[in-house]
Amino acid sequence: MGKLHTATSTAMDPYKGAWGTTEAAHLTRRSMFGATSKDIVTLAQLSMSQAVDLLLADQPAETSAPLVWYHYDIGGVTQGQTWVNLPYDATNDFNRTQSLGAWWLSLMIGQKLSIREKMTLFWHNHFACGAASVGDARYSYKQCTLLRTNALGNFKSMVKSITFDPAMLRYLSGNKNVSGAPNENYGRELQELFTIGKGAETSTGDYTTYTEADVKAAARVLTGWSDDPATVGYSFTAQHHDTTDKQFSARYGSTVIKGGSDQAGAEREVDDLLTMIFNEDATARYISRKLYRWFVDYVIDDSVEQNVIGPLANSLKANNFEIKPVLALLLKSSHFYDLAYRGCVIKTPLDYIVGSLRTLGVVMPSQEGVITIYYGWIGLLITGGNLQMNLLEPPNVAGWPAYYQIPEFHEIWLNADTLDSRIKFADDLVSNKYQIAVQTYYLSYLDPTLFAEQSSDASQPDTLINDWANLLYPNPLNVDQLKTLHDTLLPGLPNYEWTAEWTNFLNNPSDAAKKQAVSTKLTTLLKYMLELAEYQLM
Amino acid sequence: MKRRDFLKAAAPATVLPFLVGGYSIKAFANNPLLHSLIASSIPADRVLVLIQLIGGNDGLNTVIPLDRYSEIMAARSNIAIAESAVLKLTSTIALNPVLSGIAGLYGEGKIAIVQNVGYPTPNFSHFRSTDIWLTGSDYNQVLETGWIGRYLDQEYPGYPTGYPNAQMPDPVGVQIGSAVSLGFEGPTANMGMAFSNPSSFYDIINDTKTQTANTRAGHELGYVRTIGDQLQKFAVPVKDAATKGVTKSQLWPTANANTLADQLRIVAQLIAGGLKTKLYVVNLGGFDSHTNQRKGQDPLLAKVSEGITAFQDELRLNALEDRVIGMTFSEFGRRIKSNDSGGTDHGAASAMFVFGKNVVAGIHGSNPVLPANATVDDNINMEFDFRQVYASVLKEWFGASDTERMNTLLKDFPTIDIIQSAGVTQAPPLPSIELSQNYPNPVSISAGNRTTQIGFKTNGGFARLRLYDAKGSLVQTLIDNTVPAGARSVSLDATGHASGNYFYTLEAGGARSTKTMVILR
Repeated sequence: MGKLHTATSTAMDPYKGAWGTTEAAHLTRRSMFGATSKDIVTLAQLSMSQAVDLLLADQPAETSAPLVWYHYDIGGVTQGQTWVNLPYDATNDFNRTQSLGAWWLSLMIGQKLSIREKMTLFWHNHFACGAASVGDARYSYKQCTLLRTNALGNFKSMVKSITFDPAMLRYLSGNKNVSGAPNENYGRELQELFTIGKGAETSTGDYTTYTEADVKAAARVLTGWSDDPATVGYSFTAQHHDTTDKQFSARYGSTVIKGGSDQAGAEREVDDLLTMIFNEDATARYISRKLYRWFVDYVIDDSVEQNVIGPLANSLKANNFEIKPVLALLLKSSHFYDLAYRGCVIKTPLDYIVGSLRTLGVVMPSQEGVITIYYGWIGLLITGGNLQMNLLEPPNVAGWPAYYQIPEFHEIWLNADTLDSRIKFADDLVSNKYQIAVQTYYLSYLDPTLFAEQSSDASQPDTLINDWANLLYPNPLNVDQLKTLHDTLLPGLPNYEWTAEWTNFLNNPSDAAKKQAVSTKLTTLLKYMLELAEYQLM
Repeated sequence: MKRRDFLKAAAPATVLPFLVGGYSIKAFANNPLLHSLIASSIPADRVLVLIQLIGGNDGLNTVIPLDRYSEIMAARSNIAIAESAVLKLTSTIALNPVLSGIAGLYGEGKIAIVQNVGYPTPNFSHFRSTDIWLTGSDYNQVLETGWIGRYLDQEYPGYPTGYPNAQMPDPVGVQIGSAVSLGFEGPTANMGMAFSNPSSFYDIINDTKTQTANTRAGHELGYVRTIGDQLQKFAVPVKDAATKGVTKSQLWPTANANTLADQLRIVAQLIAGGLKTKLYVVNLGGFDSHTNQRKGQDPLLAKVSEGITAFQDELRLNALEDRVIGMTFSEFGRRIKSNDSGGTDHGAASAMFVFGKNVVAGIHGSNPVLPANATVDDNINMEFDFRQVYASVLKEWFGASDTERMNTLLKDFPTIDIIQSAGVTQAPPLPSIELSQNYPNPVSISAGNRTTQIGFKTNGGFARLRLYDAKGSLVQTLIDNTVPAGARSVSLDATGHASGNYFYTLEAGGARSTKTMVILR
């Protein structure tokens, strides 16, 4: 593709342009799932810098836990109680995993004004791990908690935690990595995907940033560790650990990691390994590129590499790989607010689904309590899967191809089938026809009059349309589009007829006919607006 | 397949919107009527065109009851049409003079006027009353499906699974103008394809796309739109039909001069091109005549007349008249008494036009009863429920069974004989007058034709032959006296007239006949 825009040398300078609801909405869409008018207003009232700081602020630990939504779990644990502290149970593990996914999704839907859930998903994509392969929902819950707790913490510490994470020990065969018969799986992905990244192969087995020999050496460093089902933690077996010294290639400055013999020694080896990897500039650049592709755009040309990725990497190094400073640098930068990049990101399925629910204020069914509530969330999870983003089941350890597959990147999310399905989903939400999974009689509910009341003046058609457009789209619509929207709301009628009918409804909110009169029009308008191509972008 | 089965199956979208130039286009799949029509004696290729007059059309200034003139003048002298100016259809019924084209079609036996159509307990909200008309509900009933949608859902219960297919490759319903009508909403899916406006239709046909900005954001917007275009399951048949269907009538106004005519022209083009779509919805807004009604409603009615006349002419030229009928409707009529702003406020019953070669031409129903001194609260009483008109079309035009009609309209409404059908009704005997096409036509002054000959035949007595321009303004009176019975001819000198479309109307013995001519300078 041709060069459509370049990043200038001042790209990382703090943004000094206009700060209002439009810019706040841009920040919100990129750092959360969808934008609500309430959140936008809150952020717009702050300065840009304060708004970013608010999003990056520490959040209290999550107090809720995934619940039993099915009839009962082992040990007499019934619906509405959590299963996370129960022993493994093969019969219930699938239900537990569904429960975990549903609960995770519910945290996205109910997110506070914080970047934490977006970052939690970022790490899930980065440290991609498939729940079915792990095979124990408790493990996946633990990993999910690790990602959320450390979402805004320290990248290097998180890599260490992930190295000992029981789910990852299983997923990438760390638990089978023993002295004398090393399993290279984790040692490879740690470098290729989680930290330094694979560069160009300059000669056989030499990937510029590391070599095949380094994979083998790292695997030997990592021997001896295994997951522990009893504690849902990890364990160390000294006789499985390779106690010899490990020689790394010139790509790592020919570093030698001294062998350790006991658990403390083996853990020290892991620390040495990570220090060696994190000392390389390529590591800071690699994670910076991933953050850039997550929050800004997938095209990284020379200008972006030099003027954006470089400063981000420098920030990481200068701050010992703390995440908050680098995010603050990026989200406060003039590049982040550059008009040419607003709306260049195709929404992920979860941005689309969760964002639609949040922005529109869709009420999910709850008639039968926990079972209906969880069915609703599971239904949304399944929709996400149909749209090619299955929470807890990224396609492989590389995460979703939208973040690495050259040259399509984000465009992979959309094809004729998934766009069709997305629009069907939005149509169903707006028409109150979205059925929760299995329980076919319970439907989500959207009151378009409540959504209209978020407008600064819903009695004025043009104001209403403009306010909705600002909420739903990253960029202004053109005059023809606005006219079409106006004709959709008010075909062939003067504005004052809308004002009259809307006022009439507000004065008689319990009159079903008066409400229906305006609801039908609003629903038609909203359906149409959600079908515009612009709604697929953020 | 039941609704829940469909949803479990996670089938592709039932509504198939796609995006053209940034506007979405909805495809309402399939042909709902094929099944039942195969089994019936009614041809399967019948088409219904619904013309929605948005805003509430004032019936009293559309179809004028001549026997109520004193009441009219008492109630609305500031907007009433002078009795001398009206187009008389019968001794007691006349049309607004801008409806000359409709008057002409009436003379040809192609117009049925249904008087005083409404519903009990009228609602004066535009939106609510529109919903009532589109959903076919009672005044106090809220339905979320449309009458058309409910009918189609019975005909094709499996919809949308399996459509389009070889038997029905085309959209079942096409709407031109804004978003898809509530009328098309079925229990499980909406059943139509909407072109947001005539130009978006041509965007599709011509594959033109709105340019996007040369930025990263513009690039991705272009990508989404490209994918959106791939969703156009019905784009190919619609494009094919639009390509094959060539409009031939000289009566179409220039583009953008009459939005209703522009929409009807597309409909004619698609029908002529072989599209199997059964239902078309077009609309014209602006009928909400609270102020200066004559300046608002008259030009709009002229557009209606011009559009329908050209449409009917197009059908005739393409030999499609047997297959197509149309009807106008509006959410309500207006008050009998005008207001002080030269307008009328939201009212109740009003007249509908049903048009086509196969309608039972004439007047259905009686002239509205008007109080001698109407107050602001007086409304025209309903004579026919609008669902009687729907029931009649379903039964006599589409051959719907009694059960289907019940399931569609939710009650048993008596039909009105507005559609010609074997053994049921015949059109009232047409008057024995004949009006021939003028010769030469067009009259090309630059080509040396200064005059053109108009032939006609009457039973003798008083006759009037007048020439109107396309807007319905009287241009010239050719005959206005008694003539002998039999065939005669009159010469029209065109030298003083501007280029354009004209109508000429013969009135004799209580009958009227209108034809069109084109004058070129």
